[in-house]
Amino acid sequence: MLVGLLTAAGFAAVYIARQDVVSAESLSYAAFFIALFVAAHVVVRFALPNADPFLLPLGGLLTAVGLTMIYRIDPNLALRQGLWVVVGLAAFALLVVFLRNYRTLDRYKYILGLTAILLLALPAVPHLGRTINGANLWVGIGGLVFQPGEFAKVLLVVFLAGYLRDNREVLSRGSGRFGIPSLKHFGPLFVIWGGAMLVLFQTNDLGGGLLYFSIFLAMLWVATARWPYVAVGLGLFAAGAFALYHVTPHVRERVSIWLDCSWTFSKACPVFDEGYQLAQSIYAISGGGFFGQGLGRGVLLTPEGHTYIPYLETDFIFAAIAQELGLAGAAGVVLLYIVFCYRGFKIALQASDGFSKLLAVGLTAALGIQAFIIMAGVSGLIPLTGITLPFVSYGGSSIVANFLVLGLLLMVSDRVNREGS
Amino acid sequence: MNAQVRRLFFVLVGLFVALVLMTTYWLWKAPDLEARQGNPQVIVQQLTIDRGTIYAADGKTVFARNRQVRKKAIGRTWYVRTYPTGELAARPVGYSTIERSRTGLEESLNDYLTGSNANLDTIVNNTIDKLKGITQRGNDVVTTIDAQAQRTAQSALAGQCGAAVALDPKTGKVLVWASQPTYNPNLVEGHFGQIANVSAPCEPAAPLLDRVSQGLFIPGSTFKVVTAAAALDSGHVTPSTTFNDPGYCIEYGKKVFNFADQSGPEVFGTVTFAEALENSINAVFCDVGKELGARAVLDQAKKFGFYEKPPVELPSDEISASGLYRNGRLYDPSDPNAVDPGRLAFGQERLQVTPLQMALVAAGVANDGIVMRPSLVDRIVSPEGKVIKRTQPDTWKEAITPQTAAELTAMMTAVVEGGTGTAAQIPGVQVAGKTGTAETGRPGENDTWFIAFAPANNPQVAVAVALSNQSGTGGATAAPIAKEIIEALLG
Repeated sequence: MLVGLLTAAGFAAVYIARQDVVSAESLSYAAFFIALFVAAHVVVRFALPNADPFLLPLGGLLTAVGLTMIYRIDPNLALRQGLWVVVGLAAFALLVVFLRNYRTLDRYKYILGLTAILLLALPAVPHLGRTINGANLWVGIGGLVFQPGEFAKVLLVVFLAGYLRDNREVLSRGSGRFGIPSLKHFGPLFVIWGGAMLVLFQTNDLGGGLLYFSIFLAMLWVATARWPYVAVGLGLFAAGAFALYHVTPHVRERVSIWLDCSWTFSKACPVFDEGYQLAQSIYAISGGGFFGQGLGRGVLLTPEGHTYIPYLETDFIFAAIAQELGLAGAAGVVLLYIVFCYRGFKIALQASDGFSKLLAVGLTAALGIQAFIIMAGVSGLIPLTGITLPFVSYGGSSIVANFLVLGLLLMVSDRVNREGS
Repeated sequence: MNAQVRRLFFVLVGLFVALVLMTTYWLWKAPDLEARQGNPQVIVQQLTIDRGTIYAADGKTVFARNRQVRKKAIGRTWYVRTYPTGELAARPVGYSTIERSRTGLEESLNDYLTGSNANLDTIVNNTIDKLKGITQRGNDVVTTIDAQAQRTAQSALAGQCGAAVALDPKTGKVLVWASQPTYNPNLVEGHFGQIANVSAPCEPAAPLLDRVSQGLFIPGSTFKVVTAAAALDSGHVTPSTTFNDPGYCIEYGKKVFNFADQSGPEVFGTVTFAEALENSINAVFCDVGKELGARAVLDQAKKFGFYEKPPVELPSDEISASGLYRNGRLYDPSDPNAVDPGRLAFGQERLQVTPLQMALVAAGVANDGIVMRPSLVDRIVSPEGKVIKRTQPDTWKEAITPQTAAELTAMMTAVVEGGTGTAAQIPGVQVAGKTGTAETGRPGENDTWFIAFAPANNPQVAVAVALSNQSGTGGATAAPIAKEIIEALLG
């Protein structure tokens, strides 16, 4: 386990050192990063001795890749991201040390669910909300700006895990006529869910909407094993998407850009206007080749030092990876997520109680689906919706929330393995 | 629940595989995407290459070189192009920028200048450099342009709309390539507005147009050299064959006068063919053209290179072919009767020619009837100083027989000695030339010309000067400029 962690940290060091001719600055970054993860590792060893040995190194490796790319794009941002990693690991340590038994969360599921909705609604509050790139997802308190949606995601998964555990018997058996579960059982689920969706559309956060809906469907399906739910869910999603397409010009634009710029990359792609982001992203990916232009050698910045792709360090960081590390690097990152999901689902498989199982599935799926949505959006596989790439993208809320996900997963893992042995 | 967890995992893996396939798909599409508008990938990548320097023929005067911009803590050194001589060789050198891509030699020689030419030696060196992280260096280009004469030509043309080009008729080397109005290539990046706002006596001013190879002018009487070549080569006409000039020629039952804008037409009476060229008598050439037929005249023009883009080392889209034009497109009539042979013979009809093509006509006559392949590049030199490529003189067209060339040389010498081109006389040097004043139908908007070569007995220089929007004649406007250029080159 220690070896795995050190490998991760070592990789990080190499990556960061390769930024430049080895400078004291980059080496101290690397050293600091290693120390940080060694500390986190020590915490895990003491607090959760039976936890999965791969998840923390995987998270660390992804964070290292992200930090490296961000450092390459703008060293000042990397410094801030580094601070957020410290905060994230601190939150992680606090969670692991103080929340001895995560199953107590089950008791507060309704409060947590409501909190999630409130968090999601926060950006809509006047004077608090901040709109960035057409989506009002941010909340500003003083100088600090954060994205409550990232935390709401974790809380929603906890709520869904608890709720579905309580009601899965009813939901999967069905009651009443036609085997449709009664409103009594489905009601609260729909209320919380409908509320969440409404808030999302209101804040124009399509990526978030897609993510939460997918998590919801995945967890519902795992809990009930009933295909009709998935079918109805997908139908609902299709209807919602269709309605949205016709109601909001924002969505219509995203879809038409996707159709013009992706797949065929037709001449109709508005490369200098609305399609600029996606076109530049695709140019960057295609220009990366198999092994990339090399770190620090890719075409990411204009001679004036701006990024060619807006939001390169957040939503579009996958394009930067593909440009500089090539298909190999991009596939490597994807592989890291696959292994992460594999370890996460494995915890779920071994868990004996429903809450742990659903929590592990939900948290893992949330991370995997989120990674897929943004990487697929950036590479033109699906219409682009702005969300962060877990652990990799620049962004404090995202980093902290993802370390909380990691912490919860490790706690479930520790308990599962303790019971098993 | 475990079965679902497993399936969910496989669904996610499937999605991730699709994602990697999509990324691979873009790699496969890369060659197509690289050519797309707005794709900075290739252009910016090339900015990190230390592009080669472009020199004048002396190997010292620098037309274009790289300036190191900044060394960022991260990322590589950027190079930006700078043009120390400014407007002097804006044409044919062109520019290389991020915003507006490239033109001229900067574009056509891009592979050499960036060192990405398919030369094994260069490729090996560059790969090693790349692996070592050393900046890739391009090859230097030494052009054939004579910086001093180029300066003379540009200042002689200044304030006009026109072009001047001079060649070595024996090798095809381009010695002068001047186009006005021109632009400062240093302003292309970032200050393009200043270029677009240039004022000139023609509309549009088109400072980016390379009037030497792209500018289409009506050749007027300079085309009589081509007609005369066809007549002499046919064997029916000699320089001493006599013609009668009534002051006009009858075409399709109508009188076409020697000078349409003169109150009383000039009448020369009985003249020899040589005298007809010396005095540029339209009526005589009109009759000769009718005699030969449009087909024969056009065939002779093709032998000089008309209807083809002269194979100079510029991007193909910056070269125009000369010939008859209809609705803005090159037009080669299958039915010779569709063309008025009389007006064609003295260079009107719908003829549109480039100064480069007319210089090649003069060069062909000067070089015993052989038109050499025009060339702007003398040699390409690797960063280590090794000559990678040197341009060897090469025949492009065999236009006329040596005898016809000799006869035409004598006739053209007479033009400068006592005909319409006396303004091009140079003490101690025999100049052969031909004037042209092409009417556009609008007063004050004539295209005026002078094509020449010198010394007539051992030609070193062939030159063409074309001006648009002139009220004077070719002998008065273009001939003095040609004279200055020849003097500068013969030094």
